[in-house]
Amino acid sequence: MKPAPFDYQAPGTLREAIDLLASNPEACVIAGGQSLMPVLAFRLATPSLLVDLRRLPGLGNIDLRDDGFRLGALVRWRDIEDDQRLASAHPLLRAAIAHVAHYQIRNRGTVGGSLAHADPAAELPGVAVTCEGEIILFGPTGSRTVRAGDFFTGPLSTIRQPDEIVTELRLPKWPGGRRWAFRKYARREGDFALAGILLFYDEDREGVLINPHVGVIGACRLAHRLTGVETLLDGRAIDDGLIRRVAAMAAEEVDPPDDLHADAAYRRGLVATLVERSLRAAAQQGSAACG
Amino acid sequence: MRVSFRINGDPVAVEVEPRLHLADCLRDVLSLTGTHLGCEHGACGACTVIVDGTAVRACLMLTVQAEGTSVVTVEGLSSDDALSPLQTAFRKHHALQCGFCTPGMLTTAHALLTEEPDADADRIRSALSGNLCRCTGYIPIVEAVLEARAAYRKADKP
Repeated sequence: MKPAPFDYQAPGTLREAIDLLASNPEACVIAGGQSLMPVLAFRLATPSLLVDLRRLPGLGNIDLRDDGFRLGALVRWRDIEDDQRLASAHPLLRAAIAHVAHYQIRNRGTVGGSLAHADPAAELPGVAVTCEGEIILFGPTGSRTVRAGDFFTGPLSTIRQPDEIVTELRLPKWPGGRRWAFRKYARREGDFALAGILLFYDEDREGVLINPHVGVIGACRLAHRLTGVETLLDGRAIDDGLIRRVAAMAAEEVDPPDDLHADAAYRRGLVATLVERSLRAAAQQGSAACG
Repeated sequence: MRVSFRINGDPVAVEVEPRLHLADCLRDVLSLTGTHLGCEHGACGACTVIVDGTAVRACLMLTVQAEGTSVVTVEGLSSDDALSPLQTAFRKHHALQCGFCTPGMLTTAHALLTEEPDADADRIRSALSGNLCRCTGYIPIVEAVLEARAAYRKADKP
């Protein structure tokens, strides 16, 4: 349970960090280390060099702008929990992040680390994909912006190149009055989700759904939106019949893993149940806290 | 690598390999064996210490990442001759049996109550959910932490 030996650098600028990554192909980036440290302990990764981002300036900010939100890569879970502005500015983000791991891990785990690690059961990739966020990558030739839906490619896999660093997550502005819900099932508090659903929509005056977004975590190879479910919801009003049809479609639309934690059929059932509960919570409680 | 930080209030400098996690540094380099190591991959919470005021898992932090920080271990929660109010409450409520998880329970609860002296039972259970105890069934631990809140309300540092 001890990591293999590696060298360590904590550069003071982003450019130095990129140079270190570019000149050391076996290097690894570390921020909070809450995902990477177990990987190192099990020797699933044996990097030659760890490039620690902890001294990089300007990556720890939560910026609320007119056009949306910018979360720096070094923003920790507890920073999101402590930021009272987010209760109204992005309640779905706040509710989802409250479910990330445990108290101690939330004190060190970071936005950039979670995105780069890309666990299919992790909350933040689910928020990024469901909300059509954008991920900023910085590399040797400068920065590029990638849609969150294109960033994740599979379990623990992204399009990030070894000499690139995730510097920021951008989320679109969250309008007032938007209805939303987050529901996750894990066997123990703080555990990875066997399945989780993130959902939001706006409505017109007759209660007809506009712009529904539904994302899944846990019961999938990577966080993704349930586009069939979204199409079924779009332009309709919520009633029991619609909820049942949507839940059944969600169970068909996911492709869950079959492992010792839960088999695929169980996860499909969970997805249907969580979609139903999410829709009822969003319809009944609206924009109030219903995480 | 040479790493300097504060440990239980005192400055310290150690020479360590980059791969040495903070819990091994505390135990094997600084001989502070109060910090226990259960799983060494962030699942059990036994190694919880307080870094710059926040509870963290010492097995999920490299010693080199502690440069410039202030680290408090279970040894720093009380003086040699008297238990802290939190420790006294643990003793009173039989909040430990074998004692292996206790350092992590104490450091986690201390960090929580320092920040949130009015934490209710649900909040305490949530904060302690990352700390495994195989003896007590948790109920006496939660009772002890609930009782210790009074001391944290009276003073910033009980």
